[in-house]
Amino acid sequence: MAGFMGRLKDRLSKTRGNLVGNVKKIVTGRSIDDAMFDDLEETLIASDMGVETTLSIVDELRDRVKSDKLKNAEDLYGALKDALRKRLAEGDHTINWTSNNGPHITLIAGVNGSGKTTTTGKLAAKLAGENRKVLLGAADTFRAAAVEQLMIWSDRAKVDIIKHGEGADPASVAFDATDAALARNVDNLLIDTAGRLHTKVNLMEELKKIQRVVQKRHPGAPHEVLLVLDATTGQNGLVQARQFTEALHVTGIILTKLDGTAKGGMAFAIQQQLGISIKYIGVGEGIDDLQPFDPDEFVDALFEEA
Amino acid sequence: MFESLSQKLDSAFKSIRGQGRLTEKNMKDGLQEIRMALLEADVNYKVVKKFMAEVLEAAEGQKVLESIHPGQQIVKIVHDELIKLMGEKNEPLRMADKAPTIIMMVGLQGQGKTTTSGKLALKLKKSGRKPLLVGADVYRPAAIQQLEVVAKQAGVESFSLGTNANPVDICLMARGEAQMRGCDVIILDTAGRLHVDDQMMNEVRQIATQVNPTEILFVANAMTGQDAVSSAKQFNDVLPLTGVVLTQMDGDARGGAAISLIEVTGCPVKFVGTGEKLEALDAFHPNRMADQILGMGDVVSLVEKAQEVVDQEEAIKFQKKARKGEMNLEDFLKQMQQVKKMGNMADLMSKIPGMSKMMPADAMDQAEDEIKYVEAMIYSMTPLERKKPRIINGSRRKRIAAGSGTSVQQVNGLIKEFDKMKKMMKKMMRGGKGGKRMRGMAGPPPGLGR
Ligand SMILES: Nc1nc2c(ncn2[C@@H]2O[C@H](COP(=O)(O)OP(=O)(O)OP(=O)(O)O)[C@@H](O)[C@H]2O)c(=O)[nH]1
Ligand SMILES: [Mg+2]
Repeated sequence: MAGFMGRLKDRLSKTRGNLVGNVKKIVTGRSIDDAMFDDLEETLIASDMGVETTLSIVDELRDRVKSDKLKNAEDLYGALKDALRKRLAEGDHTINWTSNNGPHITLIAGVNGSGKTTTTGKLAAKLAGENRKVLLGAADTFRAAAVEQLMIWSDRAKVDIIKHGEGADPASVAFDATDAALARNVDNLLIDTAGRLHTKVNLMEELKKIQRVVQKRHPGAPHEVLLVLDATTGQNGLVQARQFTEALHVTGIILTKLDGTAKGGMAFAIQQQLGISIKYIGVGEGIDDLQPFDPDEFVDALFEEA
Repeated sequence: MFESLSQKLDSAFKSIRGQGRLTEKNMKDGLQEIRMALLEADVNYKVVKKFMAEVLEAAEGQKVLESIHPGQQIVKIVHDELIKLMGEKNEPLRMADKAPTIIMMVGLQGQGKTTTSGKLALKLKKSGRKPLLVGADVYRPAAIQQLEVVAKQAGVESFSLGTNANPVDICLMARGEAQMRGCDVIILDTAGRLHVDDQMMNEVRQIATQVNPTEILFVANAMTGQDAVSSAKQFNDVLPLTGVVLTQMDGDARGGAAISLIEVTGCPVKFVGTGEKLEALDAFHPNRMADQILGMGDVVSLVEKAQEVVDQEEAIKFQKKARKGEMNLEDFLKQMQQVKKMGNMADLMSKIPGMSKMMPADAMDQAEDEIKYVEAMIYSMTPLERKKPRIINGSRRKRIAAGSGTSVQQVNGLIKEFDKMKKMMKKMMRGGKGGKRMRGMAGPPPGLGR
């Protein structure tokens, strides 16, 4: 566990460095006044938390100043940490990968380039590493070489893959994959889908159809529908989450590319405004660069002294 | 629901509109609304700060115009400042004096570099150049295959050395390869990389110094948030960037990243990606982008796009026929195929101001579905039936319905709709004005005429 903590902190060091650095700078030796709150507000905005979440956090801090009679700006540091932790702790950030009735099926969806295929590969490796029998479904039949990309991941993770040719009906791939999962009695089926903008009604209908087909073939499935979100995404991430949730029974979010400098403020906005929880975070392009999302660790890592 | 930036600004100005005068106080409220709207549109907060200071300065010096609403006055000021920030006009692609022109695509992972490379290749091919697409992403699984497929789709040459080669070598060898194949433009598709990954940034720097590209385009997604500033800055520090390409502009992201990117890199946005098809790459027009941000729509670019796709001669022939009321189902089919070439109808419609409000997205989608049915029905007609729809009697209708997998009612509907449209077109074309403005567009697509 220490290893994991260290790794996460390491990966998030950029995030932590920036936010902590800023927050520390803002509170150190300052008196609590409007100018200080303005600076704090800017720092939170800069993390892509969004205007609404930011304002609600700043309001909460202002209240804390009154109720707890805080005089010293440095005391706000703890209050901010509390406020952030509280907002993430509302959700369930775990996934139960076991189904008590046949294969456990997961649908992976998201906008173009968010990291779906890579995440599918990482998840396959993770589950296979837990001695589960894993199968992949290559339902991105649209993007050039998408199937080849997932095939390479199936090799890396040493798991089987169900695929049709490019241009095939993705729903029929999903159906066949579900069929195969049942026939081969696998533990987990992960279905990678094509990237699509949430504004394209026909493509969202296609996703719904994929979900329907899986459900029909294996009642109760898909057990998880994971939305893959790029952490560099700004406020549109919230719109994406909302639209995908309207189309599918989204059960959780995977936040990718947290190894960059994007601060992942979306995690707060999405949890708070939509009640959808982050389940895993992507912290690199390697097969092991996937970590369970833990709100406490996340906030701690965000605030720990460098 | 989430409002677009333009809607946000609209409502911001509504609150001060009608007050008659532009006072310091009501301008302050309006500007605060703009500031929030820009932040929610993902313009970086530092850029917003600077921009708002400029707007305030520009506004403060101005006299209150009694003749217009204070809102309009501020809209004009903000609009002008936005254009100033984005550059006054569209910057075309630089071409080397002596071939080959080398265009290098760089950016973070998953931004759309490979697709954009293909789009650019197709555009250049259409303008008479001979591009060579070079696959220099040896890291992402199947990235090279993706580029090869894209090259095939675009009908252009491609070159790569597999995943064991060094990207710098690949790019260096591309020059000779281009010469051998008679290509005059080289497009280097490099791997996506993090700006904080020193090793990878060093690689991309090496490529740039050794190959000396004519253009280095930073490809970024229109949905990018506040962090656009840090990544763009780092790339710009390491590489002499010459332009920005903004992808996924067909979504509903407010695209504030564009403003951040321009501000940070000092480079113009040269293209915007507007769809997954290879044709979906448009020139960036600062003026229109400012219009779009402020809710004035993008009609000009829509019309231009239509003109590019539609065969001019066909269109003129069609117009003549339409004016005389001689249009037949054969023409109708051709027109529809032209419309389809223009890409996703919803994308097009969303460019017309107010259209997205008037027509919900699923209605537009239905319209696309309808096109499919209409096509199938016309395909099931004999050439004579297409030329003389009058002869399509009951038994013919039954045959057409069976052949196209539709119902007789649908066939009836098509013929009725077609008749109505023919009359309407005749009137419209004679009217002159409407016909002139939408020249090349050749009439409304079926299903939208109602
Ligand atoms: N740095 C970093 N890169 C990532 C991460 N996850 C994915 N990527 C990269 O992001 C790019 C896009 O990832 P893909 O998995 O192909 O994304 P996708 O959503 O399947 O893309 P489409 O199917 O084209 O919509 C690739 O270059 C990946 O290597 C991450 O956590 N960190
Ligand atoms: Mg994919």
